[in-house]
Order: sequence, then structure tokens, then C-alpha cells
Amino acid sequence: MKYLADVTTLEYDIGKCTGCRRCVEVCPHGVFAMEDKRAAITDRDKCMECGACALNCESGAIAVDSGVGCAAAIITGMLTGSEPTCGCDSNDDSGSCC
Amino acid sequence: MQLMKTSAEISRSERWEHFKCRTGAFRDKYLVAPGLYALGEPDENADVLISANYKLSFDALRQELKGLSLWILVLDTKGINVWCAAGKGTFGTDELVRRIGEAGLDEVVRHRRLMVPQLGAVGVNAAEVRRRTGFKVSFGPVRASDIPSYMRAGYKKTSEMSTIRFKMMDRLVLTPMEMNPVLKKYPWFAAGILLLFGLQREGILFSSAWDEGLPFLLLGLAAMVAGAFITPVLLPFIPFRSFSIKGLITGFVMVFLASLVPVITRSQDDALLRAATFLFFPAVSSYIALQFTGSTTYTGMSGVKKELRIGVPLYIGAAAVSLLLLVAFKLGDWGIL
Ligand code: SF4
Ligand code: SF4
Repeated sequence: MKYLADVTTLEYDIGKCTGCRRCVEVCPHGVFAMEDKRAAITDRDKCMECGACALNCESGAIAVDSGVGCAAAIITGMLTGSEPTCGCDSNDDSGSCC
Repeated sequence: MQLMKTSAEISRSERWEHFKCRTGAFRDKYLVAPGLYALGEPDENADVLISANYKLSFDALRQELKGLSLWILVLDTKGINVWCAAGKGTFGTDELVRRIGEAGLDEVVRHRRLMVPQLGAVGVNAAEVRRRTGFKVSFGPVRASDIPSYMRAGYKKTSEMSTIRFKMMDRLVLTPMEMNPVLKKYPWFAAGILLLFGLQREGILFSSAWDEGLPFLLLGLAAMVAGAFITPVLLPFIPFRSFSIKGLITGFVMVFLASLVPVITRSQDDALLRAATFLFFPAVSSYIALQFTGSTTYTGMSGVKKELRIGVPLYIGAAAVSLLLLVAFKLGDWGIL
């Protein structure tokens, strides 16, 4: 399953890659693969902007604008101008078992 | 340091709790105490697994570890699963570093390896954990069931192990959580419909409210089921990638099928009402389906934002036009138009 094409904010600068393999290890959608001792992007559209790769790339080769994908949270964020947060809170009963 | 014992066995009462938790019938927080647990008879060379303190995740983890002896370090994620907690940062570098210190982990084990669930990588910066504690993080498989084979393979993941899946069963267990919030809003919708159809020149008539309103109450339910149940379950089989379009399609099909039911058919005699029905209810289904992006494992924020930018004005438009059609119908009904 793939979500909308061409929307991800994922950016990758191969020049900074040291080939540590972390991004391949953490990405849950196989967006990165090793090619000639460096990471290469396989399919950008599979990226869900979770941010795991950018957080764990020590050389700063990856940047992504990560955030929650909850429509309700984003609407609230749009209305109040605040950062969207997910209904995953245990104090909000809808998500006690998210 | 306090050490707790745990096992790979899940009791019957725990199974019942899991069911209640999944269906939303469980009101309290479902959590385990954070800290270090010994599963089996771990020694100073045994592996250390990191987990969230959401009991459903913790139980899912230990269930897969039958016959193994390991340490499980449970972080305080306020009873939230790894995936959500990592996104929020409660399953994160700081909490991990703090728990390692509190448990005196460097005294408990001789090695310096930690196995963090892969989905925790959204919150855990492996390099920083190493700098601050000396422990080297490897991100284990996405699914707990792959942990034994991952360990046997010498801590190597196949790409299958590191890819998140979203099968029909995964989606099905999420649907009660999609249904709950919409069901809570249903009484408001029902009250509005009954009021609109009860409103007659003679005043508010209960009989006409019920007779004329009933088809719409049922269509409302149909739209909810289309958006919160059918769309999530049949997700990959519904055309288009956009959730709002998927929801629109299922909603439209649902309204069409529902219109064949005699109780609902009579509301379709009037062209204005029919138009309003086919506009409003698919839009409701579409909106509800869009909410499911919050629970999937493959939709990103930018895509949802794009859908909302296009969708929200259309939803508001559809609701407004439906209301106008309804008013026009009422005026005609009263002989004013
Ligand atoms: S994590 Fe960064 S440095 Fe390491 S392989 Fe990936 S892109 Fe290259
Ligand atoms: S943001 Fe997440 S899904 Fe996207 S490439 Fe990085 S790890 Fe993969």
C-alpha cells in the first residue's frame, strides 16, 4: 500500500552519507537500501515521514518534516495554529489502547 | 534497584482484558510498572530488550519469548504503545537513558547491547544513547514474533522483518477505535434530523419526525459503517490512494445499496432529497475515512495535509448544499415554494 505520490518532505544528501546503514535498519518501509557502500533511496513515495531515519543519521544526511498523520489532530492544529498532536494520549479515552 | 519477574505465559484473565482493551470497553489505563524485568533465568550475558509500559504491547512481547531468558527494560510511556509513544517522544532517548541508570543496568549485565523495537527508532537516537550510557542500540524487528529468529540470525534483520505490514487483521482490530468517536456524535446528528423532519407548519410533530426522519437516521448509520469500518477493512481493494476518495466511493456505494431497502427507498421519491442524500452521506463517509489516516502505518503528515486542504472546503460545501436542498424540500412540502 502506498499513500499519495510526491508529497513527502524527505530529503537526502548522499554527499554526507558515511554508509553506516542506520537508515536501512530503522525505516519501516524500506525507503533506503545500501548501494556501493552508501544509502540510496528506493521509493520516496513509501515514506510516511516518521522521522526515524533523520533522527538516527549521525552525519545529518537526511532531513524530513515529521509529524503525526491524524486528520483530526491536523485540523485542530490548523485551527489553533499549534503543533498537531495525536489522540494517542492515555488521558483522552479515545486512544487509551491506540 | 527493584527487579521484577515476568514470564512468557498469558493468563485467561489477561486475555479477557486484552479483548476489552481492544474494543474500548476498558476504561482504565492498561499499563505495567516501568523498570527492569527478568524473564526466565537471565544472567549477566543475557540480552536486554526495551519495551513500552502499555500492557498490550508488553504482553505481546513476552508471549513471543517462550523458552528464552532475557532482561526486559520497560520504559514509562504512560501506557502508550511503542509506535505512538516514540512519535510523542515518551519512548525516547531521555527516558531510555534514565531507566538504564535507574535499573543499574551496567551492573546487571556485562555486555553493552540493547535491543530496541524498530518502531521505537522514531524517538530513540541510538548514537546519543551510546554517548550517554555506553550501551549500543540495535533496532530489532518490527514484530515481536520475529525476535527469536532475529536473535538466532546473529541480530540480523531480513527486509521482511524490518518492514511494517498492515494486513486486514491489523486493520480490523483498529476499527472499534474508529467507530467509537463517530458513535458518540451520532445522537447529535439524530437529534438534528428528527428536528428537521418533525418541523411542520402545525408545529413539531413526532410522527412525521419519525416517519420521514427514519430513512436518514439509517443512512447516517450506513455512512458511518462505510467510513469507519468498510473503508479501513477493504482499504487496499478500494481504488485510489487518497483516503477521502476511498471513503467517498464506499459511502456512495453504501448509500446506493441502502436505497434499495424499502424503508429507505421511500425517502428517494423526492429528487431534492435524493440529491441531498447522495451528496451528504458519501461526504460523511469520506470525512470519517480520512480520520483513519491517524491509525494506519503508511500515511504521512504531508499527504494528510494535502487531503485536508482540498477536502475540508468540499465537505463544508457538501453539507451546506445538502442543507439548502433540505430547506427547499421543506418549503415545497409546506406549499410555500
Ligand atoms: S544513516 Fe545517514 S550516514 Fe548512515 S547510511 Fe543512512 S544516510 Fe548514510
Ligand atoms: S521518515 Fe520514516 S518512513 Fe520516511 S524514509 Fe525515514 S524512516 Fe523511512
